[in-house]
Amino acid sequence: MIDPNLFQLVCFYAFSAVTVLAALSVILLRNSVHAVLALVLTFFSTACVWLLAEAEFLAIALIVVYVGAVMVLFLFVVMMLDIKQEQVREGFIRYLPVGLVVALVMLVEMLALIGVRAMHAVSMGADPAAAAGVSNTAWLGTALYTQYLLPFEVAALILTVGVIAAVALTLRHRTGSRHQSAGQQVGIDPSRRVRVVKMAAVRAEEPEAVQEETRT
Amino acid sequence: MPTLNDILILLPEFYLVAAACVLLLLDAFMKPAQRGVLHWLSIAVLLVGIYLVVSGQPDVPVTAFGGMFVRDGVAEILKVFALLTTALVFVYARPYLVDRKLFVGEFYTLAIFAVIGVMLLVSAGNLVMVYLGLELLTLSSYALVALNRDSRLSSEAAIKYFVLGAMASGMLLYGMSMVYGATGTLALAQLHGAAAHTAMPNLLVFGLIFMIVGIGFKLGAAPFHMWIPDVYEGSPTAVTIFIGSAPKLAAFGMAYRLLDTGLGDLSHYWQPVLAVLAVLSLAIGNLVAIVQSNLKRLLAYSTISHMGYLLLGLVNAGPEGYASAMFYAISYALMGTAAFGVILALARAGFECDRIDDLKGLNHRSPWLAFLMLLVMFSLAGVPPLFGFFAKLMVLEAAIHAGMVWLAVVGAIAAIVGLYYYLRVVKVMYFDRPDEGMETRVQPDFALRAVLSVNALVLLALGLGWGPLLNWCRAVFPG
Amino acid sequence: MGEQILNQVVWPLLHIVAIVLPLVLAVAMFVYWERKVIGWMHVRMGPNKVGPLGLLQAFADVVKLLLKEVILPTNANRFLYYLAPLLALVPALAAWSVIPFGDRLVLANVNAGLLYLLAMTSLGVYGIILAGWASNSRYALLGAMRSAAQVISYELAMGLCLVCVLVLAGSLNLTDIVHAQAGGKGLFDWFWLPLLPVFVVYFISGVAETNRAPFDVAEGESEIVAGFHVEYSGSAFALFFLAEYANMILVSFLASVLFLGGWLSPFPASWGWLGQGSFLWLLAKAFAFAFLFLWFRASFPRYRYDQIMRLGWKVFIPITIVWVLVAGCMKYFGWVSVGTGV
Repeated sequence: MIDPNLFQLVCFYAFSAVTVLAALSVILLRNSVHAVLALVLTFFSTACVWLLAEAEFLAIALIVVYVGAVMVLFLFVVMMLDIKQEQVREGFIRYLPVGLVVALVMLVEMLALIGVRAMHAVSMGADPAAAAGVSNTAWLGTALYTQYLLPFEVAALILTVGVIAAVALTLRHRTGSRHQSAGQQVGIDPSRRVRVVKMAAVRAEEPEAVQEETRT
Repeated sequence: MPTLNDILILLPEFYLVAAACVLLLLDAFMKPAQRGVLHWLSIAVLLVGIYLVVSGQPDVPVTAFGGMFVRDGVAEILKVFALLTTALVFVYARPYLVDRKLFVGEFYTLAIFAVIGVMLLVSAGNLVMVYLGLELLTLSSYALVALNRDSRLSSEAAIKYFVLGAMASGMLLYGMSMVYGATGTLALAQLHGAAAHTAMPNLLVFGLIFMIVGIGFKLGAAPFHMWIPDVYEGSPTAVTIFIGSAPKLAAFGMAYRLLDTGLGDLSHYWQPVLAVLAVLSLAIGNLVAIVQSNLKRLLAYSTISHMGYLLLGLVNAGPEGYASAMFYAISYALMGTAAFGVILALARAGFECDRIDDLKGLNHRSPWLAFLMLLVMFSLAGVPPLFGFFAKLMVLEAAIHAGMVWLAVVGAIAAIVGLYYYLRVVKVMYFDRPDEGMETRVQPDFALRAVLSVNALVLLALGLGWGPLLNWCRAVFPG
Repeated sequence: MGEQILNQVVWPLLHIVAIVLPLVLAVAMFVYWERKVIGWMHVRMGPNKVGPLGLLQAFADVVKLLLKEVILPTNANRFLYYLAPLLALVPALAAWSVIPFGDRLVLANVNAGLLYLLAMTSLGVYGIILAGWASNSRYALLGAMRSAAQVISYELAMGLCLVCVLVLAGSLNLTDIVHAQAGGKGLFDWFWLPLLPVFVVYFISGVAETNRAPFDVAEGESEIVAGFHVEYSGSAFALFFLAEYANMILVSFLASVLFLGGWLSPFPASWGWLGQGSFLWLLAKAFAFAFLFLWFRASFPRYRYDQIMRLGWKVFIPITIVWVLVAGCMKYFGWVSVGTGV
């Protein structure tokens, strides 16, 4: 008998394990392109975990935005950079013990404080979307456009600033660069480009040179 | 759904967003020679913003968008001074920007967007709004710092600012998520009640600590101050002056919203932490400032110590403390703007005027400017009868009333240490002889000189008559 | 227990085979049809030697490709080199799981079908980029870069087109989107009419997304020999080939489902059997779009890279953004009657 709950649990642990392993490989792999791909895998398996939690909109948004767009550009840049591996590794071993100690202390503290308490705590309330009988996506949309309208718009403002900043920091007006003006090209008047000239047929006997009558 | 009333409450913010977009479009379609119009238009936009903030101020605090946005007296004062100092920044910055070919429309639009971030942040009624307002402010600031992209120093500063800022934002978010996990709410007003009887107090305290790290970074309080000297030194001075003004008011606003409106019930947890931050900031800021030879770095370390004083006020955790801290934030914003304004007035193409030695014998070369700098330095040092003295007095008093006399003593000692390096600048100006071939050409921009004079004299005037401003600050914090 | 395994494992697998097998066959026939059509347009015969009318030409090609050796270039990244064709193919096939072939004739009738499609089509670019990088070849890398920039640019326009559709339909479920186009007026109820500019933008973006002529700078035979797959041979090349054509057929089906009413009949329902919806209608519509792909290829010269970027960013994205607003108004003021399903 395949118990759906058990199956879900197994899936959860499988995806979580992949997520953790992929996240570790991001910082451990020597090849930076491989590291970026491991990050892609991390995002992908995180999305799978979210799907298991029935947050399908967030999961797919993660894939569309991060995996489909952001990481592609990231990969692009990393491929262009051609980083020398040895330089990047410098200092890694030296700082490793300190980093490990800090990470371990943090982990233990978190587990002690959160994990143990959380086991006794009541679980979060029921999924409000499921309770209202609408899809997760519709529920998120409603929340974003009513209760969280102002933060949503401010987020749009932040993106605008991002665009302005990107343009301000990268746009350089070079002098002497040549580019075509599509507006001019499209807006051209054909009658000024080609002149069609009607002329009488010419007899073969008369050896007149036929002149090019069209001008472009 | 938002009603017309919601929109009216946010009118100043909406107006500024619309104005910033219009300025952006104008800039795109304007010839570079016409940018002067843009400059004055931007200043006018900010001044109209002040009018809208003050004129539409409701008598009692009101909320909009379902509690996301709070419009109360605290927000009003902070917004007025944020807009005012930014207008001052615009006036001071122009000649500097023109000299360095940085006079672009983006400087104005990004700064205005940053101010919008400040306004949203100080009016936040929800953790999400705190975070988004902060991001709007910092993202604009990163771009402003990097604006001079051909300068290695600027780029380095921008990268450091960005990386550390992103980490601080991460810490803040982490803390917020823990607080949400412990209380189940993001609204600051509900947090206040929920914090008392949470099932997971440890988680809540953990979240609080992470949030304090974020606040400490944004304030530039030690030990989260590492970015301040590099960013202050590396940015174009026209940007440094901005970073030293309105964002400090925002940082106070953020600390107030998060620590008092949100987690006021946990004040016995965060008071000692802030006290430690205050002591560290006072010590590190003042001691390291002594050995600086770069004027911008000196002012950076002075900022760190001033944030220590601001924290002294916050440690009080009562209306008196908040009022004194806000009073201090305002005084610092005005003093910092004036101090960098003097540097901007002396800088010219190819000459940054960012070393203390550059001020040698300023009194012989430009007595009026030297006098203005003297006023600013005395005010920063806290010499009576200047504005800075009374600001310091208020926060020290608040610390004593909170029962932390030792903290007040540390503050007083720090002030004496600080006196040394501020007076060094004055000494260089008045008693040192200028080096060979040193010439002073004060920026010929009339507006700069006039407004800078007013700004410095206001420090004196507020020092003599500080009552109304302090009463205004005290009135907005209900007892 | 046996029944459960049958229901949960065997039937879905059979369904998948029932989609993928005809798809692969369709790709083979599509390749044949492409060569034939372009031949006719060039006043040539096209393939006519293998089998009757050359019908078996595609199968002969497949056999040839499968028998050829897959060559690994020097210093190529072995793992990624072999992974890339799979990464290109898998999303191209996975996207088919949400395409409704008829009423209730769909493998996975998920609520967020449109989002899922967007996610799957955005993954395909990894195959191309990795192929370009792992091949250790300048031409391949150039092709990969061009392709990545192009696909990301046109994905935006495409995504905004989908937003218009979902605003009108009020659903992300593809079956619901088809139902929303049902009504008494046949083809005048479909979304192509209220969304005409978006419809055109969508199909052209689809052509660009699949890197087909006139947007085939990623391959650009005359410029960078064959772009990202220049080093691939044999079955690895065949996989890229399969992915590209499967994607073309997918875009054709999607355009039919989103804008031309899917399986619905173009005639009013009152016209008897002519007005009934059927899988054949969908097939006919998709075939027409697929034919357009070939027609474009035979007719238009290749766009230059900057022209492609200009078209995507300065023409398509503004048009679609404006039309999202228009579609919102249409929905809000009720200018368009949206069917609620039969």
